[in-house]
Amino acid sequence: MSDSSAAGHGQSSSPTGSDETPGSLTTADGTPLKVSLRRAESRARRKAFFLVLPLLAFLLITFAIPIGQMISRSVRNPEVADYLPKTAAAIQAWDGQEVPPEAVFAAMADDMKVGLENRTLGRAAARINREIPGARSTVLGTARDLDEMSPPYKEAFIAEDEDWENLEFWSLIKRETRTITPVYYLLAFDYEYSPQGEIVERPESYQVYRMLFLRTAWMSLLITSLCILLGYPIAHLLATLPLKSSNLLMILVLLPFWTSLLVRTSAWIVLLQQQGVLNDTLVWLGVIDDNNRIRMIYNQIGTIIAMTHILLPFMILPLYSVMKTIPPSYMRAARSLGATQLRAFVTVYMPLTIPGLAAGVLLVFILAIGYYITPALVGGDTGIFISNLIAQNMTGSTAQLRLAAALATILLLAVLVLYWAFNKLVGVDRLKFG
Amino acid sequence: MLGPSGSGKTTTLMMLAGFEPATHGEIYLDDAPINDVPPHKRGIGMVFQNYALFPHMTVAENLAYPLKVRGMGKSEIQTRVDRALGMVELPQFGSRRPAQLSGGQQQRVAVARALVFEPNLILMDEPLGALDKQLREQMQFEIKHIHENLGVTVVYVTHDQTEALTMSDRVAVFNDGKIQQLSTPEDLYERPMNSFVAQFIGENNKLSGTVKDVSGKECVVELDHGGTVTANPVNIEGPGSRTTLSLRPERIEILPPDNYANILEAKILELIFLGDHIRARLSVAGNDEFIVKVPNKHDEHELREGETTKVGWHASDCRALDPIAIS
Repeated sequence: MSDSSAAGHGQSSSPTGSDETPGSLTTADGTPLKVSLRRAESRARRKAFFLVLPLLAFLLITFAIPIGQMISRSVRNPEVADYLPKTAAAIQAWDGQEVPPEAVFAAMADDMKVGLENRTLGRAAARINREIPGARSTVLGTARDLDEMSPPYKEAFIAEDEDWENLEFWSLIKRETRTITPVYYLLAFDYEYSPQGEIVERPESYQVYRMLFLRTAWMSLLITSLCILLGYPIAHLLATLPLKSSNLLMILVLLPFWTSLLVRTSAWIVLLQQQGVLNDTLVWLGVIDDNNRIRMIYNQIGTIIAMTHILLPFMILPLYSVMKTIPPSYMRAARSLGATQLRAFVTVYMPLTIPGLAAGVLLVFILAIGYYITPALVGGDTGIFISNLIAQNMTGSTAQLRLAAALATILLLAVLVLYWAFNKLVGVDRLKFG
Repeated sequence: MLGPSGSGKTTTLMMLAGFEPATHGEIYLDDAPINDVPPHKRGIGMVFQNYALFPHMTVAENLAYPLKVRGMGKSEIQTRVDRALGMVELPQFGSRRPAQLSGGQQQRVAVARALVFEPNLILMDEPLGALDKQLREQMQFEIKHIHENLGVTVVYVTHDQTEALTMSDRVAVFNDGKIQQLSTPEDLYERPMNSFVAQFIGENNKLSGTVKDVSGKECVVELDHGGTVTANPVNIEGPGSRTTLSLRPERIEILPPDNYANILEAKILELIFLGDHIRARLSVAGNDEFIVKVPNKHDEHELREGETTKVGWHASDCRALDPIAIS
């Protein structure tokens, strides 16, 4: 209290002074004005910080930490290093040219004993098995018979299972001793390590993720374009109609927005399925034959139609809020200056709607590339998005949590890159979301 | 075009520009009917109330816009834009955006933009409404200057009568969607044709009464509160009809010479000293809002509030107009 009034007093005496020069602005008690001003401001800042602290903590716990977890999970590879620690240490000196020396086998035998006791050997074996099918039984089988073996273990192991002679098997173990691995990212782009340790494309029948990323991108782009095409005129109408009718129209726009996503998606299923309303009507009208009903759902068409409908309000609302602020006199001015209606619209009205359009595009596109429920319900096989595959990798017996994490991280990065590019292009500070 | 808000002046202007359809009648520009000509082909420059400068273009781009849509060459556009900027004395502002200009500067750009394609007619819709008083007066002067220099016709809408009187050659006074009177500023003030114009332009004293007799350039009116007055019959229907008399405050004399046609009793209610004149509020024939401007002359008889005196005026200065209710 006293600070601010004193500051005001000091300021009135010489409003242009700076605190470097002698005789500069001071408050009544002699402290330089800048210092006391800073003190007063930092107090306000501290207060503000404490006010947002709960929210900050909430965000940290529910948002930042899980994302960090996800990213670290996507590269984590601890099994071999943790559960075969001695082998991991011994194998580092191996050059990979021939079967490893006895020391490595002995270390492996030690690790196996400990692993059997702690019941952790299976996990390490499973990790190796993911790269070389059959490796699990090699490891576990040898471990089971370990009691009957005696050093040198090299000969004993090879006698038990000839896989122990396999250089690829050992180089895999050596590779997997690294606790950080890019393998899930390689998988996410349909690449993998060859048995020789080179990065190669996966067999064509296994390739799925690249195609899905691309599909997610182009379908999102298409959905965004459709939203612009459908939303722009509606937003324009909303902004120019008299209040009474525009309110009604606004409710028509918002009503689906308030309706449950599942209800809306199911409604589209009812409408579009082969025994659905639309097909029935077309058959009744004689447009199509009863045996040739159109497939409009459980494929890309279904996903596009349903998602366009669901995301449309996200395009209309920011557009509307911007259009509402454009006075009609701009168009009139352009017309009076000699521009045709079309030219005035393109050269004057449209540039002024860009902040809303850009906001709408950003909202719709980013929502679309991460969309899950609608593609899952109406997408069938050809209409699903990358998020559906992420979900698949998170559940069920074939779950690969780390692959899911890698896919999700790529999606997150894609969104960030997109946002960055958009910022460069349009300038996010110019956007108007509502 | 002058009139109170809601009197139809902007609507009329919009019809001239082509943004409002005319439900009846025809609009001619240089003897050619333009009712069916779309706005962009009318070649009418327009200055809007809030300037309507395109915010996403620079000042130069704003000025170039009408030239560009006419398919003019780049160098031609450049010279014309420069000339227009020079005309409104903003030559170094071409690369700024409208939002970076002050109200007065925006106003000038708006005028320049309406002029740059050399239209036959310029419409201005209360262009100075958003400016403060001093700037408004300066801009009135500048617009008048541009108008005189270019010789282009300007149709100017305002609700400010001083602005209308100072800037116009002819003023159309609007009320209730009708032109009440179309004449020079002087005629509007000196010779209003009806009570609305008399009331709207300048200060006016009203007295209502009934016409008794009309003879040539004079008529006799019996006032509602007693007494008869000789007046100038301008807009009355004949003996027996109601009328409202209109009197300018500066045409009334206190303690008039005996040769005045009309002399009435008056009671001084209020005196306001205004330097060059004294504004006296009197009660005359039941009207308590009767204003007289008394010149501040040294030989003037000293007036006192509450005093009873006499006021008088010539019959020609007292115009008998259509009757309106006096509040």
